[in-house]
Amino acid sequence: MSDYRISHIAALEAEAIFIFREVAATCQRPVLLFSGGKDSIVMLHLAQKAFAPAPVPFPVMHVDTGQNFAEVIDYRDRRVADTGVQLLVASVQDAIDRGMVTEPPDGTRNRIQTPVLLEAAEKYQFDALFGGARRDEEKARAKERVFSFRDDFGQWDPKNQRPELWNLYNGRVHPGEQIRVFPLSNWTELDVWRYIGSESIPLPEVYFAAEREVVDRGGMLYAVNEFISPREGERVFTETIRYRTVGDATLTAGVRSDATTIEEIIAEVAATRVTERGATRGDDKTSEAAMEDRKREGYF
Amino acid sequence: MTDTMSPREDSRASREDTHELLRFATAGSVDDGKSTLIGRLLFDSKALFDDQWDAVEAVSAGRGDEYTDLALLTDGLRSEREQGITIDVAYRYFSTPERKFIIADTPGHIQYTRNMVTGASTADLALILVDARKGLVEQSRRHAFLCSLLRVPHMVLCVNKMDLVDYDEATFKQIENEFSAFATKLDIPDLTVIPISALKGDNVVNRSENMPWFQGPSLLHHLEKVHIASDRNLVDARFPVQHVIRPHSSDNHDYRGYAGQVASGVMKPGDEVTVLPSGFTSRIASIETADGPIEEAFPPLSVTVRLEDELDVSRGDMLCRPGNQPRVSQDIEAMVCWMDEARPLRVRGKYAVKHTTSDVRAIVKDVQYQLDVNTLHRDEGATELRLNEIGRVTLRTTKPLLCDDYRRNRATGGFIVIDEADNRTVGAGIIV
Repeated sequence: MSDYRISHIAALEAEAIFIFREVAATCQRPVLLFSGGKDSIVMLHLAQKAFAPAPVPFPVMHVDTGQNFAEVIDYRDRRVADTGVQLLVASVQDAIDRGMVTEPPDGTRNRIQTPVLLEAAEKYQFDALFGGARRDEEKARAKERVFSFRDDFGQWDPKNQRPELWNLYNGRVHPGEQIRVFPLSNWTELDVWRYIGSESIPLPEVYFAAEREVVDRGGMLYAVNEFISPREGERVFTETIRYRTVGDATLTAGVRSDATTIEEIIAEVAATRVTERGATRGDDKTSEAAMEDRKREGYF
Repeated sequence: MTDTMSPREDSRASREDTHELLRFATAGSVDDGKSTLIGRLLFDSKALFDDQWDAVEAVSAGRGDEYTDLALLTDGLRSEREQGITIDVAYRYFSTPERKFIIADTPGHIQYTRNMVTGASTADLALILVDARKGLVEQSRRHAFLCSLLRVPHMVLCVNKMDLVDYDEATFKQIENEFSAFATKLDIPDLTVIPISALKGDNVVNRSENMPWFQGPSLLHHLEKVHIASDRNLVDARFPVQHVIRPHSSDNHDYRGYAGQVASGVMKPGDEVTVLPSGFTSRIASIETADGPIEEAFPPLSVTVRLEDELDVSRGDMLCRPGNQPRVSQDIEAMVCWMDEARPLRVRGKYAVKHTTSDVRAIVKDVQYQLDVNTLHRDEGATELRLNEIGRVTLRTTKPLLCDDYRRNRATGGFIVIDEADNRTVGAGIIV
């Protein structure tokens, strides 16, 4: 440290902590979106570090599609209990029951999360919502600001973004509008794994390789569970897989892997040739601009 | 990993081993081969994934392109792909065993000056491309000027498409000399000029065998080796207080810590500090992080500073050394780049200003001149600044700014201008 150099991981951590503190100091009602996925786990860890020894000064919220991996929900509840933060759950099932949203015929609930998220934001009057999205994930994300303005319909307008200079983030909004804040903007998948390793952050078991019963759908391996049953003609077989991302159990595929420790995952991620969304997410395959379209509607 | 080694120690080591971060901004138009160059850097450093490549190849083939258009990698928005133009700053990431790189890829056209300024504001290095067949054009000079205005510490001029001029040394030398002459007028601290062919790969990752007359490094080698640690200001201790941490718990009843990111300089426990604007002095009792206390803090670390005395310190205040203080002033002279399509900056206009962690209001007292970014001509008759225009402006703020000249300190010399009616960021200011 004597030459005042720090590693890039330490620089990314310092940047993220700065962003958390900036929001806490300037926004009225922030909330951290927490799903139990690895990026949101890292986010909660960073939030704790940003305000220590004080507690995290905002609640966390899970937009719950009801189609989660059971172990991820267990993890979520344990983590929240350890941290002492307040957990709010915005339930998609509840919104379907109330008739607020309609379940799509294919049963996937990714897209109908958005109105549920927006409704909860309005109910609790959140003006800043932290998300774990990273710019390396997707082309539309690569152009999104760290402080991303959303109008009172929750919409992102990619052509009319606030210029973002130095570390001078503009989080000003009128009532009803929001800022989506992305402290991990400059992190890559590998950075997230390295950080999890260096900070010894515990993760849900789904991230580690294990033998699972799977079906092959268009080259993607889906684990058979309460949400995925083999269709007619599909063969169920056993494969050693892990999850690179954890979204809804209905549309998140696993990858073949033998990595059972963080170190092995880091080695695997460093050598991989396919992006994590490309490898594992049915929701991004729809069109060239699938993510941009969802973001315009208010999605993270 | 052996059983005797705990994961913590093992991973600690790997964290320290990971490399330094270099942020660079690229400027140039599609015609200069910028996208091809970025595509090649990503491809050759294996940061480009197979599915990204497949997607680009499919779109390119579908449009009937003769070759795979690497610009599709960076043009992320629907309208960009439809119109074949780059609208906004795109961020790209790659790493080599030496460093991690963040590329701010900015479009080159004059109507996107604001994006160039945005990308350059955080860059350690600016990469400017010219086409060897065309030589310096108006746009190259504008990019160089903006990078010097934003005090990007290092600049690389890539003379691209050398394959199309038969790798001719004289062509390269002429462009190099012309640019160097221009650069001396701009006060660019470190300039490197490299002849490359992004398409063929000459001097991008590996030294080119086609240009034995060129003795310098390849572009990637330069990006890996350029010395950036001393670019930070480690002399003037400046700590803008971002947030006050008060746990209100029985364990930490009297805890009061000042959270923030070190803007410049080095701070150590025991250092005497002055709190501005109040002017009270105290000593640093400890510098804390969630991982425990540390012996010194320097940029860009985010830390929590505790003082020996109970003082009234809040967000927007600044800690500094008694013998080395920033300017405390309500009268601000600045170069302002205007970024708003809707309304120009006008004399007597009132705006919100964000500077370090401080929010103030400001009124424009005077527009002294507007600068032509292509010719550097000063139009002293100007009374307003329109979108993408840059000019020298006098502001009066409601509260004093605790600031330094931008030349000396990027962190305490820059500010943004915000429209109070709709909260949009409408300008960037550089204190002179």
